[in-house]
Amino acid sequence: MRIFEIILLLSLVVCAVSVAFMKDLLTSIVIFMSYSLIMCVIWVLLQSPDLAITEAAVGAGVTSILFFVTLKKIRAIQKEGRHEQAER
Amino acid sequence: MSRLRDDYENSWWRRFQGWVDGETDLLAEGMEIRVPGRGEDKPLRGARHEQEKVRGQHNEPAAAPEGSRTVYNGRGIRCFRRFYQVMSVLLCLSIIFVLLWTVSYLPAFGNAGNPDNNEVSARYIERGLQETGAVNIVTGMILDYRAFDTFGESCVLFIASCCVLVLLRIDAAEGDEKAKKRLAEANDRIFEPKNDIILQKCACILVPLILVFGIYIVLNGHLSPGGGFSGGAVLGSGLILYLNAFGFGKTERFFTEKVYRRMTLSALTFYCLAKSYSFFTGANHLESGIPLGTPGAILSSGLILPLNICVGLVVACTMYAFYALFRKGGM
Amino acid sequence: MDILLFVNLEETVSIILFGIGFTMLMLHRNLIKKIMGMNIMDTAVYLFLAVKGYIKGRMVPIVTDHIQDVSAYINPVPSGLVLTGIVVSVSTTALMLALTIRLYERYGSLDLDEILMRAKEEERT
Repeated sequence: MRIFEIILLLSLVVCAVSVAFMKDLLTSIVIFMSYSLIMCVIWVLLQSPDLAITEAAVGAGVTSILFFVTLKKIRAIQKEGRHEQAER
Repeated sequence: MSRLRDDYENSWWRRFQGWVDGETDLLAEGMEIRVPGRGEDKPLRGARHEQEKVRGQHNEPAAAPEGSRTVYNGRGIRCFRRFYQVMSVLLCLSIIFVLLWTVSYLPAFGNAGNPDNNEVSARYIERGLQETGAVNIVTGMILDYRAFDTFGESCVLFIASCCVLVLLRIDAAEGDEKAKKRLAEANDRIFEPKNDIILQKCACILVPLILVFGIYIVLNGHLSPGGGFSGGAVLGSGLILYLNAFGFGKTERFFTEKVYRRMTLSALTFYCLAKSYSFFTGANHLESGIPLGTPGAILSSGLILPLNICVGLVVACTMYAFYALFRKGGM
Repeated sequence: MDILLFVNLEETVSIILFGIGFTMLMLHRNLIKKIMGMNIMDTAVYLFLAVKGYIKGRMVPIVTDHIQDVSAYINPVPSGLVLTGIVVSVSTTALMLALTIRLYERYGSLDLDEILMRAKEEERT
């Protein structure tokens, strides 16, 4: 069980580092989502299922959805700006 | 003494103070330089050229030295950026080192004799069931012993959704309902494709399950893991899935801004009143008249079940409101 | 020193995560990356708190079979603290993302330096 925990913790660090170094924003958001899921499993191992449920719903669900929506919105604004410039 | 004050305006301390207060900016001179070079900022650059032209007409002799100074400052900025990066890496490394040093002196992990397992948690565990009636000690703690703390958290959620509403709301001219609606439609059309058949079929099966699971978590908060916060988040994400599959036309039948306002307000008010009553009677050693019931039954543990429902409503509404505001700029 | 670092592996990892988040916050110029760094810092602090409450070989703090002995359950206080913290962190994230969208609408960039430069420019004209 301890080995499993160590593997999870190591993958947590790997996920965090790859979030930092990933150039593409979408990829880093997906990696951030998986980071939250690993955190959720660690909380089950630390005997606090309350936190696990909350993290799975909030961290992996709502936060990443908000990031996705923000990215989409920013891309849309970008496209709009380009259209306007082309019309000029 | 007076000699010191003579050049107070020019002293390092005064300049530093001005910089902290935001009166002057040490880097303001060089900030002009790196703007050109991108396609997007044409109007800005044009404005700057005109401004420079005007300045050049007024005092032509000053133009040449200013240009040379800006180049110098541009290099200064690059140096400053380099310096900033090195310093921030050093700062981060030193912080990590100090914290790791501290961790190496912490008591061993998972030991029962650690100083944070003190009489507070012992009291919660030993007397929690009798005093709050909740089987889940964590829920009993955050919704009974520390209920005002949780009330503050719910208010934080409400205030955050209000701030997002202020920031992202689409405001057309007053009374111009049609233009507002058109703007919202245009804003929403970014998120094509609509009426995706696979998504709709999946949502048909998944949304009821997610909503039932969320309601189960909220209602069983005092018996099993979960509670208002997690159940509310699950409910909110179920609503978000429904919205994604069927669009705003379907959700606006039951969830509009008015509903959101009334639901959140009534939940927060009920929470505040119920807990004020319970704390008032408790502090004055009066009988509160709220039965605790038998531990383990659904209708037990006094105020915790209604408070859980209140918190769950607030959290679900807030999550849905965040998503709707980000997507459409309105609810 | 290093032996205890390995015994306190969870704490060590949470400190390293905190450092990664802090470095992202300071070094990345992209605002969304900065917000992610902030989130990683959040979770690192939660992990540290939750680890402090864990006791080896004990159960979840849910009363079963009327056992109300301290030696049967882990410490419930950090769980309660972290539970509320997670939900508040999502609201701060949403607020920051909304501010980012507004900044992008105004200045057309996610780069913090560029935004500052354009704000200065606008102030001057």
